[in-house]
Amino acid sequence: MARKSTTQRVVVSTIGAWFFGFLIFFPILWMVLTSFKTELEAFAIPPSFLFFHWTTENYATVQERSDYLLHAMNSIIIAGGSTLIALLIAIPAAWSMAFSPTKRTKDILLWMLSTKMMPPVGVLVPIYLIFKTFGLLDSRIGLVFILCLGNLPIVIWMLFTYFKEIPRDILEAARMDGATIGRELVYVLTPMAIPGLASTMLLNLILAWNEAFWTLNLTTSNAAPLTTFIASYSSPEGLFWAKLSAASTLAIAPIIILGWFSQKQLVRGLTFGAVK
Amino acid sequence: MATRQTQFLARSLLAPAVGLLFIWMIVPLALTIYFSTLHYSLLDPGSEAFVGLENFRYFLTDPAFLASLQNTLVLVGSVLALTILLGIPLALLMDQPVIGLNIVRLMVIAPFFVMPTVSALVWKNLLMHPVSGLFAWLAEVFGLTPIDWFTDAPLLAVILIVAWQWLPFATLILLTALQSLDEEQKEAAEMDGASALSAFIYITLPHLARPITVVILIETIFLLTVFAEIYVTTGGGPGLQTTNIAFLIYSQALIQFDVGSASAGGLVAVVIANIVAFFLVRIVGRNLEA
Repeated sequence: MARKSTTQRVVVSTIGAWFFGFLIFFPILWMVLTSFKTELEAFAIPPSFLFFHWTTENYATVQERSDYLLHAMNSIIIAGGSTLIALLIAIPAAWSMAFSPTKRTKDILLWMLSTKMMPPVGVLVPIYLIFKTFGLLDSRIGLVFILCLGNLPIVIWMLFTYFKEIPRDILEAARMDGATIGRELVYVLTPMAIPGLASTMLLNLILAWNEAFWTLNLTTSNAAPLTTFIASYSSPEGLFWAKLSAASTLAIAPIIILGWFSQKQLVRGLTFGAVK
Repeated sequence: MATRQTQFLARSLLAPAVGLLFIWMIVPLALTIYFSTLHYSLLDPGSEAFVGLENFRYFLTDPAFLASLQNTLVLVGSVLALTILLGIPLALLMDQPVIGLNIVRLMVIAPFFVMPTVSALVWKNLLMHPVSGLFAWLAEVFGLTPIDWFTDAPLLAVILIVAWQWLPFATLILLTALQSLDEEQKEAAEMDGASALSAFIYITLPHLARPITVVILIETIFLLTVFAEIYVTTGGGPGLQTTNIAFLIYSQALIQFDVGSASAGGLVAVVIANIVAFFLVRIVGRNLEA
């Protein structure tokens, strides 16, 4: 910003950035607009952009016909549950590696990262058969477990990089002042760790909410989260664009909002700290 | 500080995570290896028999394998090229003084948060439909013939959808890297009379080399296993035109119920992914030391 920014340059770059930003965002905007049209208007050529008969009936129909709330609840339970369990396992692990590292810590971290590189399709067959044997197909608990393990490496990595940034001097100072381990945890470490924990949780919720390999392959109806539910609109008889748009808008709205809050952490989490 | 007691504590805190990930990694993989040596079809239970490497021979010589390998490479390569070649100028543009940059950034990043099934179906129907889609209407407005995307260019259609999903990721990472570039360095170059182009080539581009590598490797890992977008739009077809390796293995496992050859295919996918992962782990590991 220290460089001279002439008015002309600001105008040109502003127009350019807004134009391309709008272009990239347009499919989402178009989907939201379509969700407020009637089915007839959704198919109409030429399309109307704003001056159509606005209606919210699609949203009502989506709930009535297909029990949208059940699938939304499944998504919440699966994404929330897997995130919570992953955090419970990851916090102590990341804590231990950040605050009392050994010679092998780096190897363990890299090994954990490498488990994330396993393509899910490579273990599809055994997981499917194990689920079938134990009656876990189309169950929420099975998916919670799979998604938790799948995202665990990312969670540990993110937490580790955050914990690493907590200055150790502060711990020692607290200890000198006579703080016990318990007090140190509650009053010194936890407040400093909360931002990192929050962003780790957000990123993991987003990843689990949008996961579309295991959810498509391991659920059909009862435990189907929104990813699977939306996929049911791909059959020809389900091609109601306005309703597809309404269901889709509902499915992505909460996660886009969460995502916008966590965009900075996204870079860090998804690159395993390689780009900050 | 590092008394024996705290060391013990640290290890027991680490143990559950290590143990679970170890089981998660080793058990399914061992089963995949085991199944890959069997003649094992879910449609014909009780006929399991050891067949050695027969499944691998079958999978690797199947014409569908070569077709899907080619589709996988084209898909990964095209999406990488599109996201990086569009992501660099976009990130450079967003690194300029822009009024309302925060809103632009929200718009650019949004597609990344859309679940794959939604983006695939919205693109397929609302945008790419040959009669009522927005693209068809745009083509007509400009006097062109609308493209029947999923009949005439199905793989390209899938590529465009996936590229739209990953462009935000590439842009955001490159932008983050650009913002950490030392302004003074650019200023000094400007004062020395360097043109914008040579400043870009000699200062900005080398600075972006590492983030670009990271984008390539991470995207490759995810792109090798693109599944949902194909599942809801083309189902791998027409013919094998949009079947990638992930989808081929899925269809052998859960449509043809051929556990043996699907497992062999799964191992092939693991080997391919590991080659990429090898480089990624090395780069991240180097960063860990710094």
